[in-house]
Amino acid sequence: MLDFIISKYNYWIYIILMMIGFYAMIGKKNLVKKIIGINIFQTAIILFFISTAAKRGGTLPIIEHGHGHGAHAIEAASYVNPLPHVLMLTAIVVMVSTLGVALAIVIAIYRRYNTLEEDEILEKRKWSRNLLF
Amino acid sequence: MVPQSPVLVVVIPLIFAFLALLFGWWRKGLCYPITLVAVSISFLASLCTLHTVITTGTIHYHLGNWAPPWGIEYVVDHLNAFVLAIVSFISVVVAISSKRSVEQELPDKIVYFYCMFLLQVTGLLGIVATGDMFNLYVFLEIASLAGYALIAIGEEGAPFASFNYLIFGTIGACFYLLGVGYLYVITGSLNMADLSQALPNLYHSKVVLVAFAFFLVGVSLKMALFPLHVWLPDAYTYAPSAVSSLLAPLMTKVGAYVMIRLMFTVFKPYFSIELIPVTAILGWIAAGAILFGALMALAQIDLKRMLTYILVSEVGYIALGVGLANRAGLTGAILHILNDAFMMLALFLVVGAIMYRSGKREIPQLRYLHRKMPFTMATFVIAALSVIGIPPTCGFFSKWYLILGAIDASRWVFVAVLLVSSLLNVILFFRVIENAYLEPDEEHAGGGSELAIATEEAPLTMLMPILIAGAGIMLFGVLSGKIISTIIQFAVPQCF
Amino acid sequence: MEIVVSIRPLLAVLVTLIGALLIVFTGERHRNVREFWTILASVLKFAIVISMVPFVLRGRILEYTIISLTPGVSLQFRVDNFGLFFGVLASALWIATSVYSIGYVRGLNEHAQTRYFFNFALCLSATMGIAFAGNLLTLFIFYEMLTVATYPLVAHKETEDAIMGGRKYLAYTLIAGVVILFSIIFIYTLTGTLDFKPGGFLLGRAPSATLILLFSMLILGFGVKAALMPMHEWLPTAMVAPTPVSALLHAVAVVKAGVFGCLRIILYVFGPALLHELNLWLILAYFAAFTVIVSGMYALAQDNLKRRLAFSTINNLAIIVMGAALLTPSAITGSIFHMGSHGFMKITLFFVAGAIYVKTHKENVSELDGLGRQMPLTMGAFAIGAMGVAGTPPICGFISKWYLAMGSLEAKEVVFLFVLLTSALMDVAYFFPIIFNSFFKSPAEAINPHFDEAPLKMVVPLMITAIISLILGIFPNGFFNFFNIASMAAARILGGM
Repeated sequence: MLDFIISKYNYWIYIILMMIGFYAMIGKKNLVKKIIGINIFQTAIILFFISTAAKRGGTLPIIEHGHGHGAHAIEAASYVNPLPHVLMLTAIVVMVSTLGVALAIVIAIYRRYNTLEEDEILEKRKWSRNLLF
Repeated sequence: MVPQSPVLVVVIPLIFAFLALLFGWWRKGLCYPITLVAVSISFLASLCTLHTVITTGTIHYHLGNWAPPWGIEYVVDHLNAFVLAIVSFISVVVAISSKRSVEQELPDKIVYFYCMFLLQVTGLLGIVATGDMFNLYVFLEIASLAGYALIAIGEEGAPFASFNYLIFGTIGACFYLLGVGYLYVITGSLNMADLSQALPNLYHSKVVLVAFAFFLVGVSLKMALFPLHVWLPDAYTYAPSAVSSLLAPLMTKVGAYVMIRLMFTVFKPYFSIELIPVTAILGWIAAGAILFGALMALAQIDLKRMLTYILVSEVGYIALGVGLANRAGLTGAILHILNDAFMMLALFLVVGAIMYRSGKREIPQLRYLHRKMPFTMATFVIAALSVIGIPPTCGFFSKWYLILGAIDASRWVFVAVLLVSSLLNVILFFRVIENAYLEPDEEHAGGGSELAIATEEAPLTMLMPILIAGAGIMLFGVLSGKIISTIIQFAVPQCF
Repeated sequence: MEIVVSIRPLLAVLVTLIGALLIVFTGERHRNVREFWTILASVLKFAIVISMVPFVLRGRILEYTIISLTPGVSLQFRVDNFGLFFGVLASALWIATSVYSIGYVRGLNEHAQTRYFFNFALCLSATMGIAFAGNLLTLFIFYEMLTVATYPLVAHKETEDAIMGGRKYLAYTLIAGVVILFSIIFIYTLTGTLDFKPGGFLLGRAPSATLILLFSMLILGFGVKAALMPMHEWLPTAMVAPTPVSALLHAVAVVKAGVFGCLRIILYVFGPALLHELNLWLILAYFAAFTVIVSGMYALAQDNLKRRLAFSTINNLAIIVMGAALLTPSAITGSIFHMGSHGFMKITLFFVAGAIYVKTHKENVSELDGLGRQMPLTMGAFAIGAMGVAGTPPICGFISKWYLAMGSLEAKEVVFLFVLLTSALMDVAYFFPIIFNSFFKSPAEAINPHFDEAPLKMVVPLMITAIISLILGIFPNGFFNFFNIASMAAARILGGM
């Protein structure tokens, strides 16, 4: 059992991080805490991808000699898998943009309601409309 | 014809988004024409693509000439091309109608609006055109982020609704990303065609199973399939008119397209139907969505909110078609993508026009509207008849195929659900129609009393799109047979 | 059986559609032009329909396919005897109703006249579509269009009652529509085709239980518009509509479309052979007979003239269905012919009710004493129509009732003969007092004892329809070979060509 946990430790770490982030997104009432939760959630996924790219004894995936310096075969096994890294660069950009948009929206909310607690905002919204839904 | 047409469809709005921003800073009035030019070119390219696909078959376009599976490729087959044409046409129509409402609702944000609008369109088109899993994630996030921003600039309550949508949408997109990651871990490929070859040997693996689960939940969140639809009513009600007219017909349909792609192209139909009976469960969830949407809509006083719940119900129809997993059901689902896009377009454009002219959108306030806005209300009636499913509007034909599929699969409960929902829709729409058209006897002589909503007919840039949408509903109804025999017949996976 | 491809059925439907658009765009400001469009469209439509009669009499069928809707089923018009009969009936009566409508609407200075004429034109397009439909799907499409087009007419007055009447009408007809849709799709899954064939096409296609269920659902569905009991409730409530609406729609177009649908199902989808095999014909005949008797009894109890006429309509519609259910040559001929003869007679009666309302604002039978002195032409026409409905020679109702009686003897079920006789007696019982009181009792206070008729535009149409009823009774083929068309239809159904 212990063996099972230890051999797949990267997956366990990412899952625990992801659940922490997920809980923060949903369970916390403060909007900024939710945003932090989003960040943790997305970071966990990025961590997962990167961890699948790692190899024991693998080195950075940068080829010393570039084009035309005598093409020689590359031993793929000695380099860390570069593709997930590339994908995650994109994902990090997405994460940062989401963070930016979320913070902009939160500023707009703060300007309007003067609070960042979700339950207070819902209270204020209930008073401003007298409809059913 | 033009070999680059699949890429042009996506790239033109992207480039023009930045052009709109640049030129907009120089002169605000240029944004609208630039947007129109961008979506029009994109639409023409999509028509070109559709024509090529109909005449010669699936298009494979390798971006940067890198061969898959190393490079990203755009694969456009019948299903793709069909949805591309729908998305780009609706963007054109909404772009035309957006001018007046944006000027009225967001006078100081016109430049940013059009930039975001074009980015949103790019994202949606990219999701549909691409044949690479991660590329789909990228475009999905582009579309989503643009969507969050567009919704947040709406009226009172919009930022909070958008924030809620952001949370849900991020969960959905991240689940999709996780699914892609799991598939990559086990197959080493991100290309859809490649995956569909590599996966069948791995169907027994738990990794694939979990990936599939993540995909379905993520896509259902984006598609607003009950019970993951919670973000939709608030978000689309408080958004600006042009935004809800753009997003309501398109976002959920593109999500449905992704679901069909994943379930039947990437994962073979055998997996989705027999190995793991997802379609059976999906059918029941869809039936729930149909009834839930209709019933919740009954409780609404705000017309726009009522329409958002009807949208939830319509997504249920498409999901039901997928869940029936036979030829008739899938034909109905894909046809309904077209029909629902136009119906929602017409309905939301009408509400936008009413809001523009009068600022009111609660049903009891819409009295005698047919006097002042006859064409708008006439289109509303046509769209209502289509949602109810009265021939010869297009909604009848997708219902025909869905019921046919349900009878073929001997799912009598679903048949009953489909028929009952038609009747529920009658009640929903005739509430509005009675209010707008019928006046008690005493009011006649005075030519409308103080209760009458004071408006006049919508301006031309809003009226033309409304009429186009209404005409489309009638036209696509009569032409259903042609559409099915030329396009949809080939879009449904062969094994059905 | 030769098939001729001809665009005439499509033209017949389109004429009034284009007319409707012209009416909307002409609007209230140019009333006379708008009325001109209505009359022009109706006359043109009648001309187109009549031009198809020679073809059909010679045994040919006119066909026109517009577009394929789904594999095996197209939007297709096919004009056969039965369809042409209904088409001639509806288009002829529409000319009369158009003139009458103009008189009625102007006489009462009604509101929303443009909407009224627009919807009227749409209804007629839909009715022509129903008459000339070549398969169940085309029929259903126009059937639903008819529902949608008639709703604004039923709710026209926009009073509380009118709105409730409209809602009830919609509820009944749309629920029926849903039931019919399910049955149509089910038949499509069984056979892959929906085309009408004389003698039916469902024989041997499915287990008996399924067929019986389908038949019941279809009869219940179409029976709503045909006002078979217990689905008849919407019809008396819909009498809140203006009288021309009641006259054309609820004496001719809507209810006859319902009966037309029922007969198509009985004769052209299921067919005599299948119905005999399942023994459904007898059950249906009894079901219809029940409506005949009960509606007659209801009619006796009504004081409001239009409601009395409504129940009389329900009575006659059930007689038509009963006759068709008997499945013998005379019964089917009589049933189809009764569609026509009842149409002419009932429309006369409704026209009279409207004329009385416009002139004297009276709605109840008890108030009509002595009216014959003031309006002899109107009440004379009423007498002709009423005696015809009761089956008195030489009015056309006698001919249809005669054939129906012969049909019940041919079917060897004498019960139905008694049902027919009873209904005739009840007809006399509720019509005769009206005639007697109006001519032979001394006038009530509001009645003018001297000649003071309703407006000319109302009196002329009702007299014309009354006279036609009389002529049809003496020369059944006098009106464009009406009778021959009906009997040929019956022969073809039973001959199973």
